[in-house]
Amino acid sequence: MALRRVICLLLVIFLLGGCATSASRLQAQIAADLPLRRELSTTPFFPDDSYFCGPSALATVLSAAGLATQPEALIGQVFLPGREGSLQIEMLAGARRQGAVAMVIPGTLEALLREIAAGHPVVVLQNLGLSWAPSWHYAVVIGYDAGQILLRSGTLARQEMSLRTFENTWNRSQRWAFVALLPGRLPVTADETEATRALVAFERSAPAATAVQAYRSGLERWPGNFTLAMGLGNALYASGDRAGAEVVFRRAAESHDLAAAHNNHARVLLELGRIGEARRAAERGLAVAGAQRQTLLETLKAIETAEEVQ
Amino acid sequence: MKRLQRLLVVVLTVSLINTTMIQSAQAALVSTEEVTRIAAVDQTTSGHARLADAMGRAEVRTEMERLGVDPAFAAERVAALTDEEAGLLADQINSAPAGGDGGIIGAILLVFFVLLITDILGFTKIFPFTRSVR
Repeated sequence: MALRRVICLLLVIFLLGGCATSASRLQAQIAADLPLRRELSTTPFFPDDSYFCGPSALATVLSAAGLATQPEALIGQVFLPGREGSLQIEMLAGARRQGAVAMVIPGTLEALLREIAAGHPVVVLQNLGLSWAPSWHYAVVIGYDAGQILLRSGTLARQEMSLRTFENTWNRSQRWAFVALLPGRLPVTADETEATRALVAFERSAPAATAVQAYRSGLERWPGNFTLAMGLGNALYASGDRAGAEVVFRRAAESHDLAAAHNNHARVLLELGRIGEARRAAERGLAVAGAQRQTLLETLKAIETAEEVQ
Repeated sequence: MKRLQRLLVVVLTVSLINTTMIQSAQAALVSTEEVTRIAAVDQTTSGHARLADAMGRAEVRTEMERLGVDPAFAAERVAALTDEEAGLLADQINSAPAGGDGGIIGAILLVFFVLLITDILGFTKIFPFTRSVR
């Protein structure tokens, strides 16, 4: 009898201890400038009890961002019947096709909490099974509370998962998580390399004017980024704003002196009828061309043709 | 069948390369994706990179269709990928984690089977219908 009591007591201590560490560990992870708890309770919910957790997680974050979407509309875009699921790359591409900029955030609990605190629900990839018997699942993190992560997941509108369990399931996907937002907005935790990758990818499926907006937001945060500057120039050009593109390419060429910038600058100048300036830009480009030599020579040829016509 | 697929890949590749060439001749601007590629690997000539991309795309499309995606959807899906993504997907389409809701049910089934086996081996006795082999 006494033994049983001791065992009970030990069990209680053990269980309480588990909770306490989970809670205090979460609190330790919450940076001083973040609220202690947060729940994005207006996030929509699309229940799913089959293999379509990818489309429903995606519809959840897209709708939350202001792009009303139903999971059914996404199945044909992200679901792979033969794999009975959706792949990470296609989840990102699917978000872009709906007009959102999708960015992978750093795989840390702090980044996750920061996005929630900023009001951005986060799609996470979890392995609910074991590393040798995986069962991959997409869910949307919508909040955190004492020792718990709150999710929209499968058939559960508000799943409370202990931090420990959440981390175990999330670790097995190398802590993969992404945020999808309207162009012009960026996740608060995105790093420069990933943001650049995501914005360039967005340009591929976005209308030019929207891509302009997205690139501007990136350049605002990373003004010295050459790729983003080139992207903005290209998007402006594609949207028909040649004068705007000229300015952007000129600045990029001045600050980076790279062949691609000179080439695009020369091409736009040529189209604007400023042939003399175009030649100077192309020649500066040729001087630093390297592997771009052929491109620059073609540009110079086009300029020569224009000079002959004059 | 395999040979036919190869042939298809080559034909698609050639046609894709042709279209990219025509496009770039019209635009004449260095595209942003190309800028990232230049930054990543300066030594690969863009011709080679383009060939590899086209191969990757054709392969991904073939695989998607094999995995049950409607051919019209598959074309759009491949078009939405960047060159880098298409290359990655070509390598991983059959191995990368595919998030599906098999999840929770799968985990329950897994536990069921583990317990079933341990029952049968005589380590546990959860189910009334099992009889230990020992």
